[in-house]
Amino acid sequence: MIEVRFHGRGGQGAVTLAELIAQAAIKSNMYAQAFPSFGPERRGAPVQAFLRVSDRPIRLRAKVYHPNNVVILDATLLGVVNPSEGLKEGGFVVINSNKSEDELKNLFPGCNIAVVDATHIAKEELGVPITNTTMLGALVKASNIVDIEMLEEPVRERFGVVAQRNINAYKRAFNETKIIKA
Amino acid sequence: MTTKKGIEVSIAASIAAQLARVEVVAAYPITPQTHIVEHLSELVANGELEAVYINVESEHSAMSACCGASAAGARTFTSTSAQGLELMHEILFIASGMRLPIVMATVNRALSSPLSIWGDHSDIMAARDTGWIMLFCENGQEVVDSIIMAFKIAENRNVLLPVMVNLDGFSLSHVIEPIEFPSQKDVDSFLPPYKPLYSLHPDKPVTMGAYAMPELYTEAKYAQETALINSKKVIIDVMAEFGERFGRHYKPVETYNTENADFAFICLGSINENISTAIDELKSNGKEAGLIKLRLFRPFPKDELLAVLKDKKRIAIVERAMPGGAANSPLYNEIASLIYANKLHITLENYIVGLGGRDVHPEDFIDVFDMKIAAKKDNNNYNVIGVRE
Repeated sequence: MIEVRFHGRGGQGAVTLAELIAQAAIKSNMYAQAFPSFGPERRGAPVQAFLRVSDRPIRLRAKVYHPNNVVILDATLLGVVNPSEGLKEGGFVVINSNKSEDELKNLFPGCNIAVVDATHIAKEELGVPITNTTMLGALVKASNIVDIEMLEEPVRERFGVVAQRNINAYKRAFNETKIIKA
Repeated sequence: MTTKKGIEVSIAASIAAQLARVEVVAAYPITPQTHIVEHLSELVANGELEAVYINVESEHSAMSACCGASAAGARTFTSTSAQGLELMHEILFIASGMRLPIVMATVNRALSSPLSIWGDHSDIMAARDTGWIMLFCENGQEVVDSIIMAFKIAENRNVLLPVMVNLDGFSLSHVIEPIEFPSQKDVDSFLPPYKPLYSLHPDKPVTMGAYAMPELYTEAKYAQETALINSKKVIIDVMAEFGERFGRHYKPVETYNTENADFAFICLGSINENISTAIDELKSNGKEAGLIKLRLFRPFPKDELLAVLKDKKRIAIVERAMPGGAANSPLYNEIASLIYANKLHITLENYIVGLGGRDVHPEDFIDVFDMKIAAKKDNNNYNVIGVRE
């Protein structure tokens, strides 16, 4: 079972990101579970979402405390929450950032890091700095949690006429994500 | 070939009501029920569900409108949570007393105060003796299947009682998970249109829910109670027919690994999944524990419970509600009464968990099994797992 925790701000689509991966996994005949950090929805406040993907039925109803990977949609959260808390050994911090490799290594000592400037890609591909679909590509690159081709159908179902732009964004992020091993 | 869809359980619940071709929905939004009624109102507004959606100003009105719609012969659905269920409380008795086959998805949530929007069973435990049939669900598939079965149970002429389908707030209602939907054709064939025995119509006046003098009230309530107890046979038949048609098999009392153990947990709802994960972990360490899951809570499935309890030595009753000054939590008290009446010698333990949405971990149940959670030394007969004093 792979467990992922997502950190974003309310309105950035962290829950949708978790949901799209879950749908792609379910379409691939795997089992998956995606859910928000339960609570009132507050735009701009730090929020979390959770994802489990497994080849066997998932019988667990609790938050993810020891994720295999964490995904950080918004680098301004770094001073507010500790995104790598509980991260399993060998796991990845997947982060939207334009910081240098050294800066990131200092921020997440001992962690594997996958970094992409998703805000830049989202602005160019979508015209808005909403990074959730772009970060799909970064997470898949770091974790291989689903086959990237399997994302297309859930993204098309969810985004309709603007789906292609989102697909372009996550494919570009997949190619541009830089892997920094611990 | 079955296809599973990754979908939020709340949306799936509203699709189940759509597949059941509900004709009237009257509801008032309350977290965490909101997505169910939001989606139903969208389906009605988009013309995808041929039903009347009645906007009301409170849950009291929602259940009142449901009673009226059901009395007029419409297949009626609603949903609520927590304080909303308590605001409906007096009308819950009217729905069951008037023998109206309403189906309600109750998205279980803690009661205020303190204000909590998160899940536990304090709402349903405060409404448990309202004369409704009550089912509990462990996962999203069970929610969909239970809503479809609920109408068939409720509308059976030997039953004619309202049915509540309980699902845990957030930890079930807001989770995206794989769910398989039956086809409309198959649901139509399983669940034909509702044909009421009597219905309210101006051209053919009848009186429903009439005044009962002391000479009659006892008999009316006795008849209602008898119908509720006898509904179990229909529930078992409907579950069996559902299993034959759709390949997913349900029973009033379901078990996991009980045949190998003289210890078992008893619990309601989605925490059963965490317990079964703990049981697998115990098994991998050579320890055997069982789980008794109550799918049916009302009518209380005594015979089915006794059949599985009779050879057990130790039972841990796990519940998401405070006793409220009672000797123990509600389910414990009922199990204790059953065991006493049948002269069984079983050690009972009572654990309270998951209040107001607090996570419960498989490790907690391993500790229960290993007797690491010691009995308290005060006059309480129960343990609240993880409480800070």
